[in-house]
Amino acid sequence: MKIFSELKKNLKNDFSNLTPVKVALLGDNPTQLLTIALRGTGYDMGFDLQIWEAGFAQIERQVFDQASEFYAYQPDVVIIFHSSHHLLQKYNKLNPEDYSSLAEERLKQVENLTAAINSGLTAKIIHYNFPEINDGVFGSYANKTQSSFLFQTRKLNYGLMEYAMNKAGFYICDLAAVQIQCGKATLFHPSVYINTGMVLSIDILPEVAARTVEVIAGMYGKFKKCLVFDLDNTIWGGVIGDDGIENIQLGGLGIGKAFTELQHWLKKLKNRGIILAACSKNTEAIAMEAFDQHPDMVLKVEDVAVFAINWDNKVDNLLHIQSILNIGFDSMVFLDDNPFERDMVRQNIPEITVPELPSDPADYLEYLYSLNLFETASLSNEDAGRTKLYQTESKRTAEKQSFVNEDDFLKSLNMVSVVEPFTNFNIPRVAQLTQRSNQFNLRTVRYTEAELKKLAKSEQVFSFSFGLEDKFGDNALIAVAILKKENDDTLFIDTWLMSCRVLKRGMENFVLNELIDAAAKIGIKYLKGEYLPTVKNGIVKEHYANLGFTEQDGYWTIPVDGYQTKKTFISRK
Amino acid sequence: MERNEILNTVNNVFIDVLDDDNLVLTEATTANDVEEWDSLNHIQLVVAIERQFKIRFASQEILSWQNVGEMVDSIAAKLNL
Repeated sequence: MKIFSELKKNLKNDFSNLTPVKVALLGDNPTQLLTIALRGTGYDMGFDLQIWEAGFAQIERQVFDQASEFYAYQPDVVIIFHSSHHLLQKYNKLNPEDYSSLAEERLKQVENLTAAINSGLTAKIIHYNFPEINDGVFGSYANKTQSSFLFQTRKLNYGLMEYAMNKAGFYICDLAAVQIQCGKATLFHPSVYINTGMVLSIDILPEVAARTVEVIAGMYGKFKKCLVFDLDNTIWGGVIGDDGIENIQLGGLGIGKAFTELQHWLKKLKNRGIILAACSKNTEAIAMEAFDQHPDMVLKVEDVAVFAINWDNKVDNLLHIQSILNIGFDSMVFLDDNPFERDMVRQNIPEITVPELPSDPADYLEYLYSLNLFETASLSNEDAGRTKLYQTESKRTAEKQSFVNEDDFLKSLNMVSVVEPFTNFNIPRVAQLTQRSNQFNLRTVRYTEAELKKLAKSEQVFSFSFGLEDKFGDNALIAVAILKKENDDTLFIDTWLMSCRVLKRGMENFVLNELIDAAAKIGIKYLKGEYLPTVKNGIVKEHYANLGFTEQDGYWTIPVDGYQTKKTFISRK
Repeated sequence: MERNEILNTVNNVFIDVLDDDNLVLTEATTANDVEEWDSLNHIQLVVAIERQFKIRFASQEILSWQNVGEMVDSIAAKLNL
């Protein structure tokens, strides 16, 4: 990780090609250096964070005054930094009989701040939680003493989690976890605090900035979706081809424990929705025997979406895995114990994240914990089932090869689509798709659940969500369209996006048929679309041209009257 | 470490933190003489010097220096312990 002065040098770089995000930073402690660290870290992660800082200790004044500079700035993201030290100062001044209400009062304050911000802005809020300060007044007995500062701090952190859990658009950045990871002596330098009031040391600023920008990156659809792992000496000890299945190291004994615990971690990631793929130089039958038969294997065949086990080079295998999963390399992590393989992958596919695994397998897990690779800004029930979706995709790919004629193949899939407007049931998944879809996405407009709920109620907006099922399984909600009434004749296609795992299934034709159909019913004469290019959505550059729209001044239109229904093998459910 | 050598090293830290290649410090230089040397940069200079010399200043020391010479005194005292 870069040190602060290196991040500071980033500020002189050219930010013009990066994703701009307007950030308001409100702190009860001096935040000038945090601002520098955030902007410098943002640069390395592809963001032009345009940070407006509230003056020192102006949180309430700015937020509760709807005419303040804060609201005039119209931030996309609001970062609120209440520090443990100010909390402690407040506690110190309380009458002892009020000590026990500290956490509740602070939570109420957070709720009030959030309510005020939400009434004036659609910005997302990031609130740091509170690293513990053990003031030693009660010793360990603080845990049995509600009025202790430690008790109140922990209660507050727990309360913040409960609040965040139920409050869309409100996120915690886990500063307390940074203190646990790096130690209080690194996080907090008393002399810096005494001389400047800063509660973060200069050494910890890069770490705190990274954790914060990762949360923002999650909101903007940049996060890891897939972990590819090697087998020998990565998820088990030893070389299965040489040592034999009975001699690989796994289980409770010796170094085997390190690999077993790593596998549990991988399994938890898979349960959370991270796609696992295996990439190993091995004889496939020998390696698969471990998954099928080794009693201490935590990972089973059904946990892994793609196996690329052969003697080809890993770069080719990663290309193969990527083509099946249809996700960007920048959303993939590659774990391999071999420095040579790691370097080769880094050099050929620089977008992939390749952790520099320590040489001692006992250190793997702690090292991986410290990287915070899997930050996210949303989870849905569907995440957990993602592996299964990709496994069926692999089967589809295999079956496709047996059909010479594309149409015959599509017909054989028996595809059925559920078309619905936005409802409270599908909005979480729709929001997630708008935040995650980068490739098949015409305008890449990101929406929060709250924003979608507003849209769903509007008379000027027509919303469509598309599910898709076929004989191999349910692909669930895979396409979204949002049409806005521009005038009595025209609907503007504000959003049209599709999950890439259903590419080449004729879904675009089906969607357009549905949109035209809906438009005709309400007397609309034209659909109007727009393609806004990004680094990632090149595949839809010709989307509207291919569907028969005509271009004028950067907009694409198609008349509703006389529309020739497009060929599709998908039927409406 | 010679006093001159300390001053040179401190000079290089200033150049790096304040991002001014032409900066030349003498023992008599004060914060008023260097445009970029404000309180915010002061704390960064202190941390960079601590890192460079592998020493730690007391919090009162940090605000006590009247000029670069006194800063060098503090460093020399810690290095020669």
